[in-house]
Amino acid sequence: MNVNDIVNPENLVYAKPALMNENHMHYCPGCSHGVVHKVIAEVIKELDLQEKTIGIAPVGCAVFAYKYLNIDWQEAAHGRAPALATAVKRLLPDRMVFTYQGDGDLAAIGTAETIHAANRGENIAIIFINNGIYGMTGGQMAPTTLSNMVTSTSPDGRNVKTTGGPLKMLNMLALLDGVCLATRVSVHTATAVKKTRRMIKLAFENSMAGKGTSIVEVVSTCNAGWKMTPEAANNWMVENMFPVFPIGDLKNI
Amino acid sequence: MAKLKGYVEVNIGRCKGCNLCVVECPTDTLDLQPREVNDRGYHYAYMKNPDDCIGCANCGFVCPDGCITVYRKKVL
Repeated sequence: MNVNDIVNPENLVYAKPALMNENHMHYCPGCSHGVVHKVIAEVIKELDLQEKTIGIAPVGCAVFAYKYLNIDWQEAAHGRAPALATAVKRLLPDRMVFTYQGDGDLAAIGTAETIHAANRGENIAIIFINNGIYGMTGGQMAPTTLSNMVTSTSPDGRNVKTTGGPLKMLNMLALLDGVCLATRVSVHTATAVKKTRRMIKLAFENSMAGKGTSIVEVVSTCNAGWKMTPEAANNWMVENMFPVFPIGDLKNI
Repeated sequence: MAKLKGYVEVNIGRCKGCNLCVVECPTDTLDLQPREVNDRGYHYAYMKNPDDCIGCANCGFVCPDGCITVYRKKVL
């Protein structure tokens, strides 16, 4: 069969989302950020919210998210994305407001903002990328780093006695009354990506319906920071991250 | 029985050769170029066995850089 018979628009099954532009992404090869960006772009297009969405970008690798998705963005100071999202959503209640934060941003410097925004039940969606280290600055230990995990600032492995164990932000947030959705997903296989897409869609719908705060934690890889190939990083994540951060819904009302 | 024939189009300039699409492909259709590189120096993905493609689009879903377009057609 001729290739030209297959390659025509009516046979199209998958393409780069329309809201993602042609800018070359600065992420390392195999980084989970790209997949999550794509999923967000697809969901916004599907819900027809491109004129109504305001994304709050964090400090971290995703600081340049505004360059890749053609929606409105605002840049928050480190960790302050939920506070900024609160203001945006309260001033413009008809918009869909989401924050996109890493674990260094959400679970370390922004712990207070995140917990209080969730406790107030702000109608925002929080996309939380958890890769267990500070990826952008060179793989330092983060609150979510696993026990005995080697990072550039814990060369002998994280010592639980002196630095505590991995912080389970999602479990803490799920206890709060203001939270309507707390779920943990991943993007390492096609099936997982489809599940992530469903949960992010639900989170965005909750934001528009005024049901409360939705948190979608994406257990991710940082293959450059973990010093592995993208494939090995995915396997390492399944073996080591999933037992500590199990995939699934903690709360969905 | 109807068979599915697929075709994967790779945006060579965007591809970073991360290999995730190759790992996710259930039919061993894709591989990274063994020698050729794109203008950023990455060994980009290509269809090594184009006849095996079933157009499942798994490669597209896991591609972090959105460089994959998938087409699928039923063949009788």
